[in-house]
Amino acid sequence: MTDKLSIEIDGRVCEASPGEMIIAVADREGIAIPRFCYHKKLSIAANCRMCLVEAEQGGRPFPKPVPACATPVAAGMKVLTRSPKALEAQRGTMEFLLINHPLDCPICDQGGECELQDVAMGYGGDVSRYSEGKRVVKDEDLGPLVATDMTRCIHCTRCVRFGAEIAGVRELGATGRGEDMRIGTFVAHTLTHELSGNIIDLCPVGALTSKPFRFKARSWELTQAEGIAPHDAVGSNLHLHLRGNQVMRVHPKDNEAVNETWISDRDRFSYEGLASPDRLTEPMIKEDGAWRPIGWQDALIRVAERLKTASADQIGTLIAPTATLEEMYLAQKLTRGLGATAVDSRLRQQDFRGDAADPPLPWLGVPIAELETRDAVLLIGSDIRQEQPLLAHRLRKAALGGAGIVLVNPLPLELTFPAQQLVTSAAGMLGELAAIAKALRKRGSGSVKDLIAQANPTDRHTSAAERLKAAGTERSGLILLGALAAAHPDYTLLKALAYVIAEATGSTVGYLPLAANSAGAYLAGALPHVLPGARPGEAIGADARAMLVTARKAYVLWGVEPSYDFANPSLAATALGSADLVVAATAFRAPSLEAVADLMLPIAAFAETSGTFVNAEGTWQRFQGAVAPPGEARPGWKVLRVLGNLCDLPGFEYADSGEIHQELATLCAEVRPDNAPRGDLKVEPSLAEAGLMRVGTLPIYRTDPLVRRAAALQRTPGADVFAVGLNPALAADVGLADGELAVIRQGKAEARAAVVLDAALPPDVALIPSGVTGSEALGEQIGPVAVAKA
Amino acid sequence: MSLRSAPLAVEAPERARDGLFTPEIRAQIDAHVAKYPPEWKQSAVMPALTLVQEWNGGWLTRELMDDVAAYLDMPPVAVYEVATFYGMYDLEPVGRHKIGVCNSVSCLLCGSEDLIHHVERKYGVRPGETTADGRFTFKEVECLGACRHAPAVLVGKTYHECLTPEALDKLIEELD
Repeated sequence: MTDKLSIEIDGRVCEASPGEMIIAVADREGIAIPRFCYHKKLSIAANCRMCLVEAEQGGRPFPKPVPACATPVAAGMKVLTRSPKALEAQRGTMEFLLINHPLDCPICDQGGECELQDVAMGYGGDVSRYSEGKRVVKDEDLGPLVATDMTRCIHCTRCVRFGAEIAGVRELGATGRGEDMRIGTFVAHTLTHELSGNIIDLCPVGALTSKPFRFKARSWELTQAEGIAPHDAVGSNLHLHLRGNQVMRVHPKDNEAVNETWISDRDRFSYEGLASPDRLTEPMIKEDGAWRPIGWQDALIRVAERLKTASADQIGTLIAPTATLEEMYLAQKLTRGLGATAVDSRLRQQDFRGDAADPPLPWLGVPIAELETRDAVLLIGSDIRQEQPLLAHRLRKAALGGAGIVLVNPLPLELTFPAQQLVTSAAGMLGELAAIAKALRKRGSGSVKDLIAQANPTDRHTSAAERLKAAGTERSGLILLGALAAAHPDYTLLKALAYVIAEATGSTVGYLPLAANSAGAYLAGALPHVLPGARPGEAIGADARAMLVTARKAYVLWGVEPSYDFANPSLAATALGSADLVVAATAFRAPSLEAVADLMLPIAAFAETSGTFVNAEGTWQRFQGAVAPPGEARPGWKVLRVLGNLCDLPGFEYADSGEIHQELATLCAEVRPDNAPRGDLKVEPSLAEAGLMRVGTLPIYRTDPLVRRAAALQRTPGADVFAVGLNPALAADVGLADGELAVIRQGKAEARAAVVLDAALPPDVALIPSGVTGSEALGEQIGPVAVAKA
Repeated sequence: MSLRSAPLAVEAPERARDGLFTPEIRAQIDAHVAKYPPEWKQSAVMPALTLVQEWNGGWLTRELMDDVAAYLDMPPVAVYEVATFYGMYDLEPVGRHKIGVCNSVSCLLCGSEDLIHHVERKYGVRPGETTADGRFTFKEVECLGACRHAPAVLVGKTYHECLTPEALDKLIEELD
């Protein structure tokens, strides 16, 4: 059955696989067949009838034109896409589709890039014979991202199928019948899915368009540049649409190995942050508590002088994991060149005890595209839909294909696929993993031995263990550690347990790197224990937490907003506040930065600089700057190059960022991603079982300074909500009711937030998001907390 | 993967199904569910809506549709699609009876328009409306499948064929 067969389309002999549809073969051969409802990633609806073609089989013509999207090929089939009969059928369909379509192209955002316009030009008649009244459909408010003009809808149902099949949440539906059929939510509500922006691309007409882009530009005024998404570790390939020196919108660029044809809403709409009034447009210096502009030359000389005079063991460099590979490389080169060893980009991690045993270049463990072919996946500490929307989509595909997905998390997740969720307290996550290990009759060694010995596996652990074991025999089991695991006070033990389970089941261990270039930090050496080329450092420098616990005299902050980008913002504020010198290279001004910094250097943000991101699977994705940075802002690598020169350091003579890339690529030539740990460490659990623990998720639109300034994303429901999620039983104990104001204490750190009761939360978890407005004053993202009546 | 074979929803957050409707209605829906493979519970959506509508006095509220969705593990919008597609489901309060005049081609040729106009004039209701005294809701319905004895009218659950305005009047007079 898998043999290839050959068919003839418009006289051309084409190879096809049995079961393929005519349109898929034609697309591969570059033969144009008009269509609206067909989309290669969606199920076949065959409801628009635009792709009617003439076909014959074994010399016998089909009695009627057939839809190319829903007619499977057969050996010897002959298809005519441009015969008089086919053209007649296409023209007829086009006439019907246009009956109810308004003639508002001049004011339609889709005008100029509209499939209906294009196909009407190519296949329709030139005069309308329809003079009766047209249908009008009331618009719906789908929220801040997607604008609607439902009168333009031609009922292709791509958006409905996208919801059911790709997103996994059916938000849109086709209600009513015949003339009264309409696409909508029926009960007005905002689209909440993190991939919902893709329906804008799917919509062949102007019914669903981008709301932030609405009436901003016409498609023919835009030029297209390529880019790489700067948020999650997928590194989605993008098309940036520019007018003049402004990014007007962002579209996905097809790349089957990375993002298929989709991008997350975060990648699509975060460009709005580029035009934020918070942009820093000239170097600034703080004198007597007041900020004043200062020239670049002056600023850099001052920075260099003060860095040169600072004692090397007093310098700490903290780099955002969204910095480019080139920036990371030069920043660590500068720091290490000055004799300092404290450089880190893992700002949201608090347990670094595993550094010495860490794998040399942690990665996803499998290529991104292979996630969907796994038979069993164990996800440890990951709010996967918020962290990595497109990886969640890949896992959904695996789950729908029958894979067993098990999650060990300190909070219940709303997933779009069937999965087994082991929800427990933050400390309890160790016990759950130990129980799975024990169910596999694994004793473990070193630090996890006691944990496993104490564990009491139940049926759910046994079933999870068996699922992984069965998959492991096919080499298709996968254990992934997410962002909540990385923020966990016992990350080292979680990793150790993951390796024990992996060994017992034959599964692969993988990491979900936190941000766009977290994986790149290992290659660039932007870590205290790793040198460029992912080589283990001889002397381990101070990590991101140690740099703050033992305050330094001088800090270099690269793309960091202290209030939101650290696992422990109150600790960061104290440490940075007590320093003699804080140099902040940043694209945005922020109150928390201005409070602690002495100098602010404006650097280019996403789309404004060339650079490289290394995604979760270890792919280097290089991109060029598409627009110029605003004002006096400069690409980060240039700033670092000059700074290196001014500090009299060798090896900073680069003419362009390509040279930096080349230098690092040479260093990394032999480096392959590798998740094998380098050793075994004896560490004790640092979390007591008892006591209330804060679990600080990082909401999807609060991950980095750029997205936090994307206006439309911030208006989506729940984007920036500071609240305390509590189990009702626990809330009753402390006398707190739903909606009441609670005071949250983490050591000396204190904040107030409203209580949200959630019976699904474990009794000793207080769900208090980090990165949101109001959370700036709090302590560890995951750590002990006290909640009381305000 | 097609829309049909894709699971329409993931396991909904467990909602207390025992509290929905009445035990009798649940039993009847379950009897319909039992006719289909276990993963195709949603196939029972039409009989379920019919049962619930009857229980609710002839019409469906949004809450009831949501309950049916929860009971059958369906996304609510999939239930709305069904309930808005078919003419036999009413989404607004109805009168004590429903009178549905067929408006499809055979009946139209044989005088169903006269019936519609007659009802409109005599009882002061347009299709989709209920008489002021709440006696009946007047509906235009798609083909009733009774073409050979057109025009056909559905009164409650009973077909009446070959109707004239006078004959329809008599039927209406018999309603309480």
